[in-house]
Amino acid sequence: MYRKILTPVDLAHRDRLSRAVDTAVDLAGHWGIPLVLVGVTEAAPSAVAHNPQEYRQKLEAYAGEISGARGVAVEAKAYTAHDPATQIDDTILKAVEETGADLVVMASHVPGLASHVPGLGDALVPSHGGRLASHAAVSVFLVR
Amino acid sequence: MNDDATRAPDPSGIDAIPAPEGATALIQTEYEIGQDNIELKVGPFGLDIHNPVFLISGLTIVAFVILTLAFQNSVEPLFNGLRDFLTGTLDWFFIGAANVFVILCLVLVVSPLGKVRLGGKEATPDYSYAGWFAMLFAAGMGIGLMFYGVSEPISHYSTAIGGVSVENGVRTDWAPLGAAAGDQAEAIRLGMAATIFHWALHPWAIYAIVALALALFSYNKGLPLTIRSMFYPIFGERVWGWTGHVIDVLAVFATLFGLATSLGFGAEQANAGLSFLFGLPDNDGSKVVLILAITGVALLSVVAGLDAGVKRLSEINMALAALLLGFVILVGPTVLIATGFFQNLWAYVEYLPALSNPIGREDANFSQGWTAFYWAWWISWSPFVGMFIARVSRGRTVREFITCVLIIPSLVSVLWMTAFGTAAIEQIVTQGVTAVQDAPLELKLFEMLQGLPLTAITSFVGIVLVIVFFVTSSDSGSLVIDTITAGGKVNAPVSQRVFWAIFEGLIAIALLLGGGLAALQAMAVSTGLPFTIVLLIGCFAIVKGLMSEPR
Repeated sequence: MYRKILTPVDLAHRDRLSRAVDTAVDLAGHWGIPLVLVGVTEAAPSAVAHNPQEYRQKLEAYAGEISGARGVAVEAKAYTAHDPATQIDDTILKAVEETGADLVVMASHVPGLASHVPGLGDALVPSHGGRLASHAAVSVFLVR
Repeated sequence: MNDDATRAPDPSGIDAIPAPEGATALIQTEYEIGQDNIELKVGPFGLDIHNPVFLISGLTIVAFVILTLAFQNSVEPLFNGLRDFLTGTLDWFFIGAANVFVILCLVLVVSPLGKVRLGGKEATPDYSYAGWFAMLFAAGMGIGLMFYGVSEPISHYSTAIGGVSVENGVRTDWAPLGAAAGDQAEAIRLGMAATIFHWALHPWAIYAIVALALALFSYNKGLPLTIRSMFYPIFGERVWGWTGHVIDVLAVFATLFGLATSLGFGAEQANAGLSFLFGLPDNDGSKVVLILAITGVALLSVVAGLDAGVKRLSEINMALAALLLGFVILVGPTVLIATGFFQNLWAYVEYLPALSNPIGREDANFSQGWTAFYWAWWISWSPFVGMFIARVSRGRTVREFITCVLIIPSLVSVLWMTAFGTAAIEQIVTQGVTAVQDAPLELKLFEMLQGLPLTAITSFVGIVLVIVFFVTSSDSGSLVIDTITAGGKVNAPVSQRVFWAIFEGLIAIALLLGGGLAALQAMAVSTGLPFTIVLLIGCFAIVKGLMSEPR
C-alpha cells in the first residue's frame, strides 16, 4: 500500500503527541513498513535541547523508545530551521522529499498553535495539516 | 546520514542537523528554557510567554504611555532633563565606555580568541555573507543614514568654519574640537571626520559587543537567547530570577520605545518628504496612514518569518540603498567622492584620538550634545540590534564576526557619509547653493537630490528607502521583543510577534496624536546609562566565555 510513513513530532509537547504517533505506529506495523519521525528545531537553545546536536540525539532516543516498545522500524530525522514557527510546513515538505516517505500521518494542528480561525485568522494561524495536505504530493492523514 | 551533502547552508533555511559540530563549553545550569513560561489561549490565539517579563514590560509600557499623554507638560521637561543630565554629566562615562568596546573588538580580531566559532568548531554559517550583511545593516543603522547622511556633515562643517565663540568663559559654539575658523578645507575635513566618528567604529562596536556576548552564550554555552544570559558569569543562577527579569524588562522597554518613537518621528519625516515631492497633505491623518502602512508591511513580514519576510525585505532594502549610493557617486562629484573616501578615512584616523578622548574636553556642546547623546542612543538600541545580529550570526568565527559587524559596516558608513556629505557640501561650497543648508532636517536629503539629475526618480527611491528602512527595523524589532518576552524562545506562536508589531504601531499613533514622542524618546535614550553598564559587564563576559571555548 505505502512504502514509508512520515510523522512530524514536537518534542516540546511529547504528552500531546501520542495520538498521531500511535496511529502512525499502528499503520506502520499493519503494513510492515518503516516510520520516520521528523523534528524541527532552531539553532538557538530551546526548551528541548541546548543545541541542534542534542536535539537530534533526543529525537533519535525517542524513535528508539518507540521502536523498541512496538517492534516497528523507526528512524529519526532532525532539521534546523531559521524560524521554525513559520517554517514547519516547508520542513515537512522537505523531509518528505528527502526521506522518500509516501504517507504523512500528523496531528491536524501543531500543539501550541490555535485552530479554526476564519478569515484573517487562518492566514495568521494556519492549520498546518490542512495547508500541508494541499501542498504535498503524497497522501496526508490528519489525526484529530 | 549523508552529512557531507548537507554541509552548505540550504537557501530555504532548513537543514538536516549535521553530525556534532565540535565541542563547545556548555554551561550546566538548572534553568530549563520556558520553565517560567505560561501557555494560554486568548480567543483563537495561542500564547507562550515568560511569566513576569511579558506582563511587566507590557504594563510598564502602557503606564508610561498613559502617564506621558496625561501629564505631557510636566513629563517632557522631566524626561528631557534626565537625558540631558546623563549626557551632560556622564559624557566621560559614555565616551570612555564606547572606546573600551572598540578596543576590545579590535583586540579580539587579532588575538587567538578570534578563532572561536559561534556554534561549535565545525558549525556552518546560517546565512550567506550577502543575506547576513543585509539583515545586520538594515536593522542597525539604515534610517539614520538617510537623514543624517546629508545633514550631519553640513552641520559640523558649518560650525567648524564658524570658529570658536566664547561667552563668559563658556563655549557657545557647537563645533567639534577646536573648530577650523575660516579654513574651508580643514573645516570640511573636520566636519567629515566628526560625522564618520559618530557612524563608524563606535556604534558598530556597541552592537558587536551585545551581539557577540549573546551569540556566544546561546550557541556555545546553551543559555537562552535573551539579554540576561550575558550576566551569567557575574550572577550565576540568580539571572533566572528577578535580577534577570529586570534586565529583560529594561531591554524590552528600551527597544519598544526606541522603535515606537522613531516610527512616530519617521512618519513625520516621511510625510514631510512625501508632501515636498508629491504634494501629499502634511497632517496627522497622513501620518497615521503612514504608520499603519509601515506597521502593516512589517506585520506581513513577521508573519512570513525571518527568511521569507525579514531577510527578503532587508535584501531589497540594501539593493535600493546601493542603487541610490551608486547614483550619487556616479552623477554627483565622482572624483571628489572617490578621493574624499580616502581623505576622510585619513581625517577620521587623524582626529579619532582627540574626538574619542573622554576627559578634559573643551568642546562641551559637541562632545556632550552630539557624541555622548549619540552613544547613549546607540547603546539604548543595542539590546535590539545586538540580539537580532546574534540571531543571524551562528556559524561564524569571532574574527569573521567582527570583520563583518564592525569593520565592513564602518567602511560602508564612511563611503555613505562621504558620498552624501560631499555631494551636499559641494553644492554649498562650489555652487553656492544654500537650499540644502536652509532646508529642515527631513528635507535635506531631497534638496540635495534636487541638485542632481533625475530628481523625480531618485527622490522616489529615497522616500521608498526611508519607508522600507522603518519596516525592516519594525519587523526585526518585533521578533526580538517577542523572543525576550518568551523567555528566550525563538519558536513562540506567531500571534505574539503580531501582537508586538501592532502594539508598537499603536503606541506610535497614540504619541503622535497625543504628543509625547520627544519625551518618550528622551526616556528611551536615557536607558543608555544602565545598558552601558550591561555592555561593560558584557565585555568581561565575552573574554571569560571565549577563554573557556575550544579553539
